Amino acid sequence: MGLLNALDNPINADGIILGKVEDLFNWGRAKSNWFLQFGLACCAIEFMAVNASHFDLMRFGNIPRSSPRQADYIVISGTVTLKMAERIKILFEQIPEPRYAISMGSCANSGGPYWQHGYNVLKGIDRVIPIDVYIPGCPPRPEAFEQAVLKLQEKISMEEIFKKRERVAQEDKMLESMLKAEENNFIENVNKHI
Amino acid sequence: MENNLENTTNNNKINIEYSQFDSERMRLNAGPQHPSTHGVLRLEVELDGEIVTDIIPHLGYLHRCFEKHCENSNYNQIVPFVDRLDYVSAINNEFPYVMAVEKLAGIEVSEKVQILRAMCAEINRIANHLLAISAFGLDSGAFTPLLFLFREREFALGILEKLSGARLLYNYFCPGGVRYEIYSDFKKDVKVFIDSVRLAMKEMEDLLIFNDIFIKRTEKIGLLPKEVAINFACSGPVARGSGINFDIRKSAPYSSYDKFDFDIPVVEPGKEVVGVSGDCWSRNWVRVKEIEESCKILEQGITLLPDEGSVTDGIPKKLKVPAGEVYCKAENTKGELGFYLVSNGSDKPERVRARATSFVNLAILPSISKGYMFADLIMILGSIDIVLGEVDR
Ligand code: SF4
Repeated sequence: MGLLNALDNPINADGIILGKVEDLFNWGRAKSNWFLQFGLACCAIEFMAVNASHFDLMRFGNIPRSSPRQADYIVISGTVTLKMAERIKILFEQIPEPRYAISMGSCANSGGPYWQHGYNVLKGIDRVIPIDVYIPGCPPRPEAFEQAVLKLQEKISMEEIFKKRERVAQEDKMLESMLKAEENNFIENVNKHI
Repeated sequence: MENNLENTTNNNKINIEYSQFDSERMRLNAGPQHPSTHGVLRLEVELDGEIVTDIIPHLGYLHRCFEKHCENSNYNQIVPFVDRLDYVSAINNEFPYVMAVEKLAGIEVSEKVQILRAMCAEINRIANHLLAISAFGLDSGAFTPLLFLFREREFALGILEKLSGARLLYNYFCPGGVRYEIYSDFKKDVKVFIDSVRLAMKEMEDLLIFNDIFIKRTEKIGLLPKEVAINFACSGPVARGSGINFDIRKSAPYSSYDKFDFDIPVVEPGKEVVGVSGDCWSRNWVRVKEIEESCKILEQGITLLPDEGSVTDGIPKKLKVPAGEVYCKAENTKGELGFYLVSNGSDKPERVRARATSFVNLAILPSISKGYMFADLIMILGSIDIVLGEVDR
């Protein structure tokens, strides 16, 4: 709690904290992750247990949301069937950037017990959406889930926001010029035909 | 709507009365991601304003090929897949399956194993009902009961974890016995558990069950008349909430249930505590009472369970199952769960078919929720207490 100690005694510490803006942003982002309340199969029951009183996920700053538009990450908690995989992709794409995904349980990781003969089971959710943290287990213990949340926080707090923004800006520029070229082409074509 | 409901209390019949003006019907899609569909159920709902006029449930979002796996695994390997049918009450699922295999193979099981199995099943039943009641509270907008009841649920899971090594999906029963010996403090733990559950349920009756808001929200909603329940072959708390006195533990006692003295809570018409027989509140009330009955069984189990003797000795080294077929049923936490086993004499079964309780109980949803508000539909679904793993298999 170096930060709080400095605030306790602002005169000696001069009330000044030096650091990167990026760290400040990441600190805030990592400590309040809202997740999409979404259960699939048996793992979802353990996920409920994580949220309830004994394990209390909310102390990590994680609050359940019912709409993907308000969420930061999604937990794939259970067996993903081929029929469900499409919907999960749609759900994931509705989450605003930056978005994360945790794959909970062997089923979501690789098909789990249904790997060999499960003709209707997707063999790993990472074939459909990108996953940040994998939790092994069938079902994983709640402690394992908490570890995964900490890992996700670690990942978020190491992110280089501004570098990413630069990169995205470049990509945006390229995209824009491409679009413009296409538009010009189109107009030329139309003009020709007229 | 109000008048309509008043009528139903007398003749116990649902009259659907749509609004006078024939308005444009709207089709709404609830699920498979909806937080209160208890998993991945998708309901296509036709609405007239806010009144539900038609429901089409779409299944198959959790079809995990249970029967295909059974064809390719031997009898012991199937037990984990049986666990994963109704994942909230795994031990109760193993019960009929293991009994079916034993019946087919002609294995005798010692009395200690029988009593231990019944006790495990009752602990599991309490855990399931705690989850069902708290989820029902959650559907009605009460978040606090969840936090209270999960405290006790962790206790139940703790006991089963010490017995079997797993928190949720146990793989504990096997043909001939159970997999591991009882640990030394088992009886003491169960005693403490019973006391804490009783205390919690007393708390819960003040907090949720007899809460005026909760009663107003759930009484006289989703009326399921007795005849309809029988026609749809409902079982478990859904049937008992409508006044059908049917429990396999009593009507066809299996394992050691004939040694225990317990009652079957039934909400009969004319003897309701709150609301009318067959409404959402009654179905939930049956679950609350069943927890108490399970506590009674556990109490007797502590005295009945012999100290000496092993629970793993009866397991055959090599399981030989002769050709034949058998149907075995048991009272799951949600109703009658049965397994139909066909054996061809090899070490793998020819076919294993489950008579899934949740699937049968879910079938009543369209017929009992027509004519109610859309918000009530969620309550009705919560009171039926389905688990999608068992519906889709
Ligand atoms: S990993 Fe195991 S517990 Fe989790 S959904 Fe799959 S089968 Fe169920």
